[in-house]
Amino acid sequence: MSLKKPAKDQPENFEFTSSSLEEAKNIIAKYPEGKQQSAVMALLYIAQRQNDNWIPLAAMKYIAKFLDMPYIKVYEVATFYSMYNLSPVGKYFIQVCTTTPCMIRGANKLVEACKEKISENESELSKDKTCSWMEVECLGACVNAPMMQINDNYYEDLDKEKTLKILESLLKGETPKPGSYRGRINNEPENNRKTLLDLKNA
Amino acid sequence: MLKDQDRIFKNLYNDLGSDITSSQKRGDWVNTKDLTNKGRDWIINEIKNSQLRGRGGAGFPTGLKWSFAPKEVGSRPHYLVINADESEPGTCKDRDLLRFEPHKLIEGCLIASFAVQAHACYIYIRGEYFIEGQKLQAAIDEAYDKNLIGKNAAGTGWDLDIYIHYGAGAYICGEETALLESIEGKKGQPRLKPPFPALIGLYGCPTIINNVETIAVVPTILRKGSKWFSSLGREKNTGTKIFCISGNVNNPCNVEEEMNIPLKELIEIHAGGVIGGWDNLQAVIPGGSSMPLIPKEKCETLTMDFDSLMAEKSGLGTAGVVVINKDQDIIKCMARIARFYKHESCGQCTPCREGTGWMWRMLERMSKGEATRDEVDMLGDVTNQIAGHTICAFGEGSSWPVQGLLRHFKKEIKERNKFDPIVKENKNIPYLVDQHLLDKNA
Repeated sequence: MSLKKPAKDQPENFEFTSSSLEEAKNIIAKYPEGKQQSAVMALLYIAQRQNDNWIPLAAMKYIAKFLDMPYIKVYEVATFYSMYNLSPVGKYFIQVCTTTPCMIRGANKLVEACKEKISENESELSKDKTCSWMEVECLGACVNAPMMQINDNYYEDLDKEKTLKILESLLKGETPKPGSYRGRINNEPENNRKTLLDLKNA
Repeated sequence: MLKDQDRIFKNLYNDLGSDITSSQKRGDWVNTKDLTNKGRDWIINEIKNSQLRGRGGAGFPTGLKWSFAPKEVGSRPHYLVINADESEPGTCKDRDLLRFEPHKLIEGCLIASFAVQAHACYIYIRGEYFIEGQKLQAAIDEAYDKNLIGKNAAGTGWDLDIYIHYGAGAYICGEETALLESIEGKKGQPRLKPPFPALIGLYGCPTIINNVETIAVVPTILRKGSKWFSSLGREKNTGTKIFCISGNVNNPCNVEEEMNIPLKELIEIHAGGVIGGWDNLQAVIPGGSSMPLIPKEKCETLTMDFDSLMAEKSGLGTAGVVVINKDQDIIKCMARIARFYKHESCGQCTPCREGTGWMWRMLERMSKGEATRDEVDMLGDVTNQIAGHTICAFGEGSSWPVQGLLRHFKKEIKERNKFDPIVKENKNIPYLVDQHLLDKNA
């Protein structure tokens, strides 16, 4: 169970912008009539994206009214799932996977790189307030370990040097190219492919 | 080694493109109508005869699961739910299917929905796979455009709508009833079974839940025939499976192989061998983090399927093979897995909520050599108190890896942890009293 506390400084009001509103309505339409509560997870995502990557309490109250459900139920969902940020994070939000398959391939080196470049502690904004990082559990790219996620993108097959480079370009305000950083294609065994060779050469 | 023509996922490495035209060239969506015209019973029977077992970890026979859906649709609609909440450490097969073979999945959804009489299908993707989810959404949109799903999908006369629902980083939502709770917009806490989801599932309606890989192989099985599928592998462990080989190997990769393939072949041929050579191998986790590890001696002859791994007191699980060589500290590796489970416990049942933390803290101490001698047995006791005493299988999943460690590496732990017990055992004190609160000399 992850322990998460809402931020101390909370904005008073929150409202969906017109584009968020339209998106929210499309999502509610996916579910059967009267089951609009199902949309709560997606709506929290929309709120998070609209509000610089974190969800204030006012947004939870707004969503509760929007979906006609108790506020506490929205609060429960927002605190249960680990991908909802309840306090401000950087514009570039870096998540380093440190679960065993990544760990045995040197994920601690990635953590070191983040400590050097971003901030000494997890979930702390960098000096220029653009980046923050945290350790997370398995991100489901074990074959490409060690890896990290920056916002929506996966950066795979890393080592300390490559991580430092990625972080540097982030701090310059660039978005580095996602994918493997050892030049391999997706999940194929590098230089050792034994299967589906006809298709590769086709 | 499996012949290329017997591989189901020809685009596993994205050589060919995942869009609809290239998928159709590979044989997806070709005469889907002919398959459904043969009727529901034929489809379910073919899947039963193929002996396909669920690819999500538990290995439940898929045909049997489908046959649990009510034969007649009553007042409540049926649902099909696809579990793409792949979060088991060591597993990353579904990610590739979502990215590179989305049309196999969508066609499988249509056939499965037809077989269990569902008009709506929800695909639950873990939140971290946002990019993969968008690729799948693009494929779904393509399929709608070509009228392959929607009203009278692919000319089959069956209406089907497919929706994507994103999770938000909770491992437990891979458990089927927790997944349903999550789709309903609640915390992902598993439900008590029975009632099983096949009768009372999503919104209280009959629901069939399958893994991505299970559904994605269905169209190919029906086209090539159940005989072809069951000729691969061995009895009750048939067909092909995507193995994810990660950890200390030279070429970590995903590869589709026949069931019952020797583990050594998988590691030596496909993954380029263990780093430092085969002799440097320490242990292998054969099926994702919740399966007990297997020490090197047994890896020589081990074959990878559900039943032969069960015989070794482990399991195939999701077929995420994590190779650990002798450069790693095995106790630390397991302590990290225990930390994963401590983080992911949903907190509903006390033995799991509290016990996962205990196991993690004890293992952390053991990895540093700070534990006392008697704690090793105590740890085994804790795992037994968790497994089987929880609502869902998370209890087993979190304690099995620790039990595996104790089974095969007890000697190493004992060598490192030699402290005398802090409290001397006193047989007069009832079992449940907190021993550390007692006076040392009591």
